[in-house]
Amino acid sequence: MNMINQPQIKQAYTATDTKPVLSLKNVTLRYRTDASIVTAAYDVSFDVYRGDRFILLGASGCGKSSLLKAVGGFLAPVAGEIRLDGKIIDAPGPDRMMVFQEFDQLLPWKTILENVAYPMQKAKRWSAAEVRDRARVFTAKVGLEKFGDAYPHTLSGGMKQRVAIARAMAMEPKILLMDEPFAALDALTRRKMQDDLLELWSGTHSTILFVTHSIEEAVIVGSRILVLTPHPGQVRAEINSHQFAFSDMGSTEFGGLCGRIHHMLFTPCPRHPKGH
Amino acid sequence: MTVIEQTTGLPLALPPVRGEFELPSVIEPSADVERPLPLHERILQSTVFRRLVVVAVLAAVWEGYATWLDNPLMMPRLSDVVVALVSSLVSGGLFARILMTMKVLVIGYAVGIAAAAAITILASTTRFGSDVLSTLTSMFNPLPAVALLPLALLWFGLGMGSLVFVIVNSVLWAVALSTHTGFQSVSETLRMAGRCFGLKGLSLVAEILIPAALPSILAGLKIGWAFAWRTLIAAELVFGVSSGQGGLGWFIYENRNNLETANVFAGLLCVILIGLFVESVIFRTIERRTVRRWGMQKF
Ligand SMILES: Nc1ncnc2c1ncn2[C@@H]1O[C@H](COP(=O)(O)OP(=O)(O)O)[C@@H](O)[C@H]1O
Ligand SMILES: [Mg+2]
Repeated sequence: MNMINQPQIKQAYTATDTKPVLSLKNVTLRYRTDASIVTAAYDVSFDVYRGDRFILLGASGCGKSSLLKAVGGFLAPVAGEIRLDGKIIDAPGPDRMMVFQEFDQLLPWKTILENVAYPMQKAKRWSAAEVRDRARVFTAKVGLEKFGDAYPHTLSGGMKQRVAIARAMAMEPKILLMDEPFAALDALTRRKMQDDLLELWSGTHSTILFVTHSIEEAVIVGSRILVLTPHPGQVRAEINSHQFAFSDMGSTEFGGLCGRIHHMLFTPCPRHPKGH
Repeated sequence: MTVIEQTTGLPLALPPVRGEFELPSVIEPSADVERPLPLHERILQSTVFRRLVVVAVLAAVWEGYATWLDNPLMMPRLSDVVVALVSSLVSGGLFARILMTMKVLVIGYAVGIAAAAAITILASTTRFGSDVLSTLTSMFNPLPAVALLPLALLWFGLGMGSLVFVIVNSVLWAVALSTHTGFQSVSETLRMAGRCFGLKGLSLVAEILIPAALPSILAGLKIGWAFAWRTLIAAELVFGVSSGQGGLGWFIYENRNNLETANVFAGLLCVILIGLFVESVIFRTIERRTVRRWGMQKF
């Protein structure tokens, strides 16, 4: 297994930026269904800075995906505001690339290289030749150079997720939105993907907003963790985890942090109206 | 705790403790990871080949039965039909009849698809359009297109206009309905991915929805084709003579009146062969190059 470049991941931050890229202020998200109105997230505020691997962590159904969709521009907040580089988000756009949990996010009618190139062609930020080169480079970065001309249905789930990550990273978005990208993978593949994502990150320092319901994944992948209460999601805590990498997995500090988060997730939140 | 009796009567199993081992290094992967199938297996995989076998068996049964029956007025032998078919094609004007039928069909099919595209786009971009489409399809889809023939005759007279009208009706609703259903079943993830790339409105329809819904769209086109083909032959049987020249349906009708049974069968054979050709060659080829190549449809 290729170990991640630890000094870069674990470094104590000498911050380059003081202004957040992404900033949520008192955001409340609701769905209106035929029968009722569901509150998915309530009064959520957080800031993401450039280079962050920012984790949204919480139980299933606590509104993590909804928050990510709101940042993506697919869901308008009923209260509060979401700003990207100071501008209010009102629609989806190529400055925010999403990687979903589902394997069907690739276009089945395009080969792997075409899939990676497609959003770049649409964005028109690069020439046709540059797009071709970048597609090749990013496909190679996720280790799929041999599969460039294959169609997605011939790939395994993990490989499809790699393509989705390559496709999103090649766009150099202001922020990369990942919604439990490894949750549908088997444990061994997931472990490898987390590892590789960190390695990719150490080359690009992309800003990542990463949703997960696994405490361990949050601590390993993330540099900062936002812990959300169960449904409807409210902020419970914000925790640093940039000091941890794979090699710490057995350590007492690592275990201690996981235990702390576990405790937060599974004990009643004092601020919660219903107190459960 | 109750112990459940083993019905085999054997004592409770305990495997032996075995030694562990670890091989020194990864074994060289053998070169034989992927190789082409042998020729005969590839032929068996070919749908066209398998269908040809079925056709051959049916032909043999027909020939045998007709020979045994020995009544060419009711049931001519296949070989006689083939002779009649060839001579009609060469000298009997069957070819012109087929061209006539195909011309009407292609016009009607094209107009029907264009209308279906317009309605479906309206339906998938506006809620009102969606209501219009659902209502209209549920009204017109169960209606056999031939039933509109009297009305068509009234409006467009005895001629190509009426035939095209009836064909459009049989294509439009089938294609619109299955395309719309196909659009609706495109996954939310794929739509969101498309919108992430900056697609919306018509560009989202053209670049994401249509390719993603292609299996349903092709299914609709196939059903539409089958409806149109049957409708047209039936309509021609009823009133084939338009502008002095009828189509394939009229050929069948005329020959029945003249008790040229072999020619009737030859006409029917043409109807079948053309249908089979479009279904097994044209649509199959499109499917093989698109949805099956992309893994969106298995068989
Ligand atoms: N499209 C929707 N319509 C109605 N309710 C929804 C919809 N999507 C999510 N919800 C509800 O919002 C809440 C949060 O969902 P989600 O953001 O998907 O949670 P998570 O991603 O944390 O598991 C859940 O209670 C869910 O039932
Ligand atoms: Mg979710």
